[in-house]
Amino acid sequence: MMNLILPWDWQRVVIEPWTSGAEIYGWILLMGFLISATCGLIGNYLILRRMALIGDAISHSVLPGMAVAFLVSSGWKSAGDQLGATANLQEGLLHGWPILLGAILAGMVTSLLIELIHHRSRIKQDAAIGITFSTLFALGVVLISLFADKVDLDADCILHGEIAFIPLEPFLSVGGRALAPLPVIQMLGVASLTVLGIGLFYKELLISSFDPGLAKATGIRVRWIHYGLMVWLSIVVVSAFESVGAILVIAMLILPGATASLLSQSLRTMLGISVVHALLSSLGGLHLAIWLDTSIAGSMVVAGSGLFMIAWFLSPTQGLLKQCGKAGARG
Amino acid sequence: MLGRSIITILAVALNALMMLQLHAERIGQSVDIHPLDQLRRFVALEDPALRFALAGGLILGLLCGLMGSFLVVRKLSLVGDTISHAVLPGVAAGFLWNMEKDPVAILIGATTAGLLGMVLVTQLTRRTRLKEDTAMGMVLAGFFGIGICMMGMIQRLPTGSKSGIDKFLFGQAASLGWGDIQLMSVVGLLVLILILTFYKELLTTSFDPQFSGSIQIPVHTIEHGFMLLLAFAIVISLEAVGVVLVSAMLIIPAATAYLLCDRMHWMLFWACLIGMIAGAGGAFFSFLGQKLPTGPFMVLSASGLFALALAFAPRQGLVSRWWARHARSSRIRRENALKSIFHVLEKEHFAREGVTLIDLAHSRSQTLHETEKTCRELTRAGLASIAHEEKAVYLTPEGMRRAQTIVRNHRLWERYLTDAANYRPDHVHDDAEEIEHVLGEATVRMLERQLNFVDRDPHGKPIPSIQDISGQPKNRNPDGMTGYHTPS
Repeated sequence: MMNLILPWDWQRVVIEPWTSGAEIYGWILLMGFLISATCGLIGNYLILRRMALIGDAISHSVLPGMAVAFLVSSGWKSAGDQLGATANLQEGLLHGWPILLGAILAGMVTSLLIELIHHRSRIKQDAAIGITFSTLFALGVVLISLFADKVDLDADCILHGEIAFIPLEPFLSVGGRALAPLPVIQMLGVASLTVLGIGLFYKELLISSFDPGLAKATGIRVRWIHYGLMVWLSIVVVSAFESVGAILVIAMLILPGATASLLSQSLRTMLGISVVHALLSSLGGLHLAIWLDTSIAGSMVVAGSGLFMIAWFLSPTQGLLKQCGKAGARG
Repeated sequence: MLGRSIITILAVALNALMMLQLHAERIGQSVDIHPLDQLRRFVALEDPALRFALAGGLILGLLCGLMGSFLVVRKLSLVGDTISHAVLPGVAAGFLWNMEKDPVAILIGATTAGLLGMVLVTQLTRRTRLKEDTAMGMVLAGFFGIGICMMGMIQRLPTGSKSGIDKFLFGQAASLGWGDIQLMSVVGLLVLILILTFYKELLTTSFDPQFSGSIQIPVHTIEHGFMLLLAFAIVISLEAVGVVLVSAMLIIPAATAYLLCDRMHWMLFWACLIGMIAGAGGAFFSFLGQKLPTGPFMVLSASGLFALALAFAPRQGLVSRWWARHARSSRIRRENALKSIFHVLEKEHFAREGVTLIDLAHSRSQTLHETEKTCRELTRAGLASIAHEEKAVYLTPEGMRRAQTIVRNHRLWERYLTDAANYRPDHVHDDAEEIEHVLGEATVRMLERQLNFVDRDPHGKPIPSIQDISGQPKNRNPDGMTGYHTPS
């Protein structure tokens, strides 16, 4: 048991990541925060629209899209892959776009298959979701194990990601100066676009989430918003995939929004709280992982779940403490 | 750019084929000579490991099909997904119990974790504003995260790296041992006996909880017991199919069975059968390769069967339904053509045997070309023949019989609407036009009897009688006239 839970060492767990290890852990923390914050922002809308399990489905089914994209792009990659430790923007994009495309396609195929099975047979929607994503996920796993040497993914990566390897990724260099690891830059782009998109379409998203009928009456294209959200969800999931894996990304999608909805009733505040939740959970998760020497992404999820439990306990309107107090007052 | 992409895709596909070939060769070299030999080895069950894997796959398929059927009809498909992910920390805890892969410890740990997850989902939905889907997604991913952390810690231990605990993620049927199979059989048998004993209660609570409550069935106890059995079924399937894909083995065979039949006991039978085929298929495919995980192959086998059922299930399948629709619409087209021919003949008081295409086209308000096409269709069905030199169409005896039946249906229905339902005579035609194609023999005879064997429709045209259709001479006996005996 002593080997399992390492002793708490102030120096190793808290000080070192910020001094000698800052170069490595800084990037990991930044990446973790960007992923949780982006996922959390989108997740708020998923929760409002009762689409939490569609998020589950998409996060599983981007896998075959990515695997096929890797297979297709390995032709280019093997030709000019010697990127070395740095890469310029152009090469980075060349490397990234087939995978994004594959993921978007997979996301769309998932939505369409679910609708096909659900509308054209007597299978209910929940079963249709389950059938579609597990089949696609199984297909992805099989592709990856058959073409292990061509596909730059493995079982560990699928399940819990490899956020610890972020600092080892090729750095993006601008004018000869190494700037940041490529995945971080990509995630930063996705995060800013997400914030921008929510800012631009705040009203449309709000109305169509709460009252699709009113949205339609005011001339908002509800279906377009739905599919746009799906496509964007696929992009976010695939950008986060290599770092946190297929299943933990669900936690990143749902936990911040769920925590926020326990603490607030207003959507603006909820969006704010989910970003704070993202920051705290990635920070807490990083230290937890260093302490216990285990998966960083997993620890971030554990920290996020812990924050959720605290929120559930202390929530001003629906907290357990409040309910106990009420019961006590009544009794 | 596009051309280059296409060439690359082709090259990769070719490459993939070559890889498969190479892969097969490599396996052949390491295990046996020929894929066929591998198949023979599989069928002959020479390997004890293979025997265990196959037995595991079969038990798993049986149980998952059984439990999954209830899940699917209760619309709880994704509960299976939640429980199966939530068991991971329990698996890790069971492993920590005595630092080895002890099936019983893992069973207890995993079942506890799964049930804990389920309780948490219930509490979250009941006590907060969170909806069920959010609660399930959160529990699923949160527990999985805890499990991943615990597994990371276990693998750091000196004994952990060779523990085989990572096999629980995607399943490796080949790693099943005799102990696992024993446990699977015992738990499987237990679940089977309980399901059979409480089949009636489970059935009633699945379809109508309120009714079950009213006839003194303890609905909540049954539901909790069901969740416990579900957790058992998931946990014993874990090692063979893996945490991530157990839920698929619950949902897919049951959904396939749901497409194939309408009765619950048949659904259970088909779901178990399909589950067992998928289980055996997964064990087989993963046996073909060296380190192929079993779970995905089981799921893909099940999905293949599901796709077949979705397309070709006798009544629910997409292709079957399309075909039935197509057959129905072409039958209606043929019957309408026969009816038009009959009308033309009738207008001339059956003075001639055949109808010229011009007359027919005129009566149907069609072009000559369209009419000829329809008549050719009738000829192919053996209902008419075309005389090309005189450009006329003759009904075969069978065609005449069918035409009379349709006209009879039409006119009897019109009569029924005016006499029994008080429609005005000028309002009945369109309705009769629809229903004439679907009235069955028995209904028509009932109508006839109810209308007192009328022989004229509301517009004064004669209704062909059963004798006209069968070609028998008219009989004075009214029983003979209608072709059946009225009850005395």
